[in-house]
Amino acid sequence: MDYANVSILLVLVVATALAFDFTNGFHDSGNAMATSIATRALKPKAAVGLSASLNLVGAFLSLTVAATIATGIVDSGVVTLEVVLAGLVGGIMWNLITWYFGIPSSSSHALVGGIVGAVIAAFGTSDVNWEGLFSKVLFPALIAPIVAIAVASIGTWLVVRITRDVKDKTNDRMFRWGQIGSASLVSLAHGTNDAQKSMGIILLALIASGVVPGDSSVPFWVVLSCALAMALGTYIGGWRVIRTLGKGLVELSSRQGMAAETSSAAIILVSSHFGFSLSTTHVATGSIMGSGVGMKGAKVRWSVAGRMFGAWLITVPCAAMVGAVAVLIEKGVGDPAGPYVIFALLVAGSTFIFLRSRRTTVDSKNVNDDWESPADNESVVAHSVAAHNPQLMRIKSKPRKKKGKQNHKNKHKKHKKSEKG
Amino acid sequence: MSGFIEWDAIANIIVVGLLFGAGLPALFALGVRALAGPGALRADGQVRLLRRMAAYACFAVIVLSVTGAIFYIASGGH
Repeated sequence: MDYANVSILLVLVVATALAFDFTNGFHDSGNAMATSIATRALKPKAAVGLSASLNLVGAFLSLTVAATIATGIVDSGVVTLEVVLAGLVGGIMWNLITWYFGIPSSSSHALVGGIVGAVIAAFGTSDVNWEGLFSKVLFPALIAPIVAIAVASIGTWLVVRITRDVKDKTNDRMFRWGQIGSASLVSLAHGTNDAQKSMGIILLALIASGVVPGDSSVPFWVVLSCALAMALGTYIGGWRVIRTLGKGLVELSSRQGMAAETSSAAIILVSSHFGFSLSTTHVATGSIMGSGVGMKGAKVRWSVAGRMFGAWLITVPCAAMVGAVAVLIEKGVGDPAGPYVIFALLVAGSTFIFLRSRRTTVDSKNVNDDWESPADNESVVAHSVAAHNPQLMRIKSKPRKKKGKQNHKNKHKKHKKSEKG
Repeated sequence: MSGFIEWDAIANIIVVGLLFGAGLPALFALGVRALAGPGALRADGQVRLLRRMAAYACFAVIVLSVTGAIFYIASGGH
């Protein structure tokens, strides 16, 4: 390959790494802010804005973790630009697919999976550090939710017990502050940990193409662009994931939200201290479930949780498959054009998922709607009419405050009245 | 496969995680209860001095922990 081709390829890789960083912020904004949004401690836009600025600050706070995430798992000597690109494609596609289904899954697992798959397809299985993959990635994915559920349920239980004879209104008012504080800490830790993964990848690419020497530290423009990409992603907000975390798993109160976010922050920081990095997503999800377990009368939707666990288990293999397919396409197309073809495929695939997502938009306006589908109300009316029994209509959901739903609700009420009369 | 698993690290995470992850919310709850629980208000509507001091002590420990955590993140987290 000639020099010009390498530098174009390098630009592609850097752009793709920044795109991954963007999906990472986008996918993970719910980890920190879903609880604050669900309990209305913060307005949705304010919450993602706060989280974005803290992610930005967090990215500048520390640069010591660098590239370990990808290089610990594969033999870094074999990594080429084509392989890195294919791995990133695997990570991005899996992030977008899980976002489409509103499943909070680990962005780092998607990245590791994509890179592992690309390395296997390019060089075979011997260059993968299987022991590292098991002990650093797969096993922690099983441990994280268990630890988080335990800590958060005990925390919630204690909090609820201690404050049981404080007025609900006072509790809400005070715990909202605790909630915002603890959620901010989670955002900060996320910015520090996750932005460095993309910085590490870009550094790896720069070293692999000989632009910077092998012992170079992270150049400032890399730090700045990664921090901005992640903050932008966080601000755009993965509303589908936020909705699942905040409304889908448990109906949250401020006390639960505060206990859950503190548990997340504590476990993330403590686990990285003991060199056993747990995924922010897994910890945050586990903590939210734990806050439902520890609260008497709160209902955890285990079916939603089960779907999520399933997605976590297949994250690495699926991202690996996409990464491997990307390498095979690169090989099939041939040397100069291969990387451009998969980059084009990535753009096409992302656009497709984005357009599909527009059919059922979830955004800052409807993120807090009731989890059970609004169509239920209609079916209840229909059922009660069919059964000639207006009493059947009484059991349904609490009144909504959302403007968009107001008309529907009024109609419902009118209907009810006329039936009664 | 148990050779791969660092049980010590996991035990440490659970113990220290519980200490901070469940302890700090409980401390916050104690602070809230001291300020707003039954019997917190004097006849003139003020919070009793002792309760106020207890609450501020709880919140101070929390603020210290959070500050410590931020410095910890800034110093590299290891």
